[in-house]
Amino acid sequence: MLVDKIMSALIIVAVAIAVIALVAILADTVIQGLPVINVDFLKNIPGPVTVPDRGIGPDIVGTFTMVGLATLMSVPIGVGAGVFFSEWPESRLSFISSFTNDVLAEFPSMVIGIFVWVTLVISMKTFSGLAGAVALGIIMIPIIARTTEESLKIVPRTLREASIALGVSRWKTVVRIVMSTGKAGLATGILLAIARAAGETAPLLVTALGNSFFAKSIFEPTAAIPLFVFDYAISPYAIWHSYAWGAALVLIAIMLALNLVVRLVIKRNVTTRAEI
Amino acid sequence: MEILEGIEIQSERVRNKLAENTKFQESTTELEINGLKAGFGRTQVLKGISLQIKQNSITAIMGPSGCGKTTFIRCINRLHELTPGATVEGEVKLDGVNIYSREVDPVAVRRKVGMVFQKPNPFPTMSVYDNVVAGLKLNGVRDKKRLDGVVEKSLKMAFLWDEVKDELKKSGSALSGGQQQRLCIARTLAVEPEIILMDEPCSALDPTATAKIEEAMVSLKKDYTIVIVTHNMQQAARVADYTAFFYLGEMVEYGPTQQVFEKPKNELTERYITGKFG
Repeated sequence: MLVDKIMSALIIVAVAIAVIALVAILADTVIQGLPVINVDFLKNIPGPVTVPDRGIGPDIVGTFTMVGLATLMSVPIGVGAGVFFSEWPESRLSFISSFTNDVLAEFPSMVIGIFVWVTLVISMKTFSGLAGAVALGIIMIPIIARTTEESLKIVPRTLREASIALGVSRWKTVVRIVMSTGKAGLATGILLAIARAAGETAPLLVTALGNSFFAKSIFEPTAAIPLFVFDYAISPYAIWHSYAWGAALVLIAIMLALNLVVRLVIKRNVTTRAEI
Repeated sequence: MEILEGIEIQSERVRNKLAENTKFQESTTELEINGLKAGFGRTQVLKGISLQIKQNSITAIMGPSGCGKTTFIRCINRLHELTPGATVEGEVKLDGVNIYSREVDPVAVRRKVGMVFQKPNPFPTMSVYDNVVAGLKLNGVRDKKRLDGVVEKSLKMAFLWDEVKDELKKSGSALSGGQQQRLCIARTLAVEPEIILMDEPCSALDPTATAKIEEAMVSLKKDYTIVIVTHNMQQAARVADYTAFFYLGEMVEYGPTQQVFEKPKNELTERYITGKFG
């Protein structure tokens, strides 16, 4: 009994520490960042410290563009790999690629940035949004693959067998029964990967570079919110520090909104199909 | 005169009955298993099973846990081979064709041989309606009228229609355990198989739910051949026309249920039935 109580107390303390850290960071970001956020901040380009009403417009657009492109590239590959790991575990190729996937997941993101710099930036002779998106995509793949695998593995075997026993092919069973049952987990994994990519700074330094203006195409250097935060946070000006806080808060708000929307969509999908 | 007429009718009934019986005996066995061996890796679970299953009858496979009865029926729809390391040898002839011969597509086999599992396993993301027609929809049937008809017919055959007809949109997993299992039976019926395999379909259910499923089984027998695995002897005695007794991967006895229960030929069967082991 005593042991039970001690363990519960320890767990509560651990949770409290985790929550306090999160709340403290979030609160600090809101307190420092909220005052600078207004419409101008969201749509204007950045500029010299003496010019008022400067903003992070190009960075918001750049983050959306690169993370969007990275998602388009990494979701098919990551989900495909995850399905393969989960549904064909007996295959040797599956074992090897699953192992490789783990290694890739643990690569420092800077290494991935340098890889893309060597392959894409040098051969295209320019830093570009495309290069940034490729780097982010490579970072997202192992996360998506792993979470897809895990969320499909917990779909009960009996559901696969029920479908196969109805004379449904294995492939259709995977797509229509297994993936549809595990879709909440799948979506969570993709979101997790998007959040991770949206916050990446290091690989973008050597691929997208950053830009003080709106990039006209994905073949030009492109701004991103984390790059802005990085540049402005290490600057000597107090006003730029608060801009960095504001940009960080905008990034957090975007991720939160995305998370909520996806969750609502999944929930509504499940309920309209299943309940009522 | 009337008496004579009565005798006439009576004897005609007897003749019909006889004709029916001979017809039954002559009817080609739809399902024939020859020397079926199966296992996992090096473990041999079935050590050479041969039996013929009669059309439009219920055949019970009975035996203590681990005797291979579930493996046996999972070989009839080629589900066994999906388990990593599974091995199969021997013949399973469906309408004269060995389903294990090379040119046979296992997916096609499973359309002819449906299966109801031990635990009810409706698709959790689908409504009652979609669960019933899952097999058809996944194989590309879109015709709403046809699907509506199949839903009603299948649910009626599974004795579930009256209970769910007003809530077909409800989630399949919101039903009670017994209803879920009848939903799974309806789902199996919807693809119109020839044979229905049931793997201890009532082991997770209470007696009332069990009674409803047994009732459904008996009425299904006129259109389907049913093979049911059970370790509930009373259930075998209640519903099965034929009973096979499996022990340690071998078939010890097989015959009409009454004979197996009342005059077993093998001592092992007798000991099992009288509850001396199990």
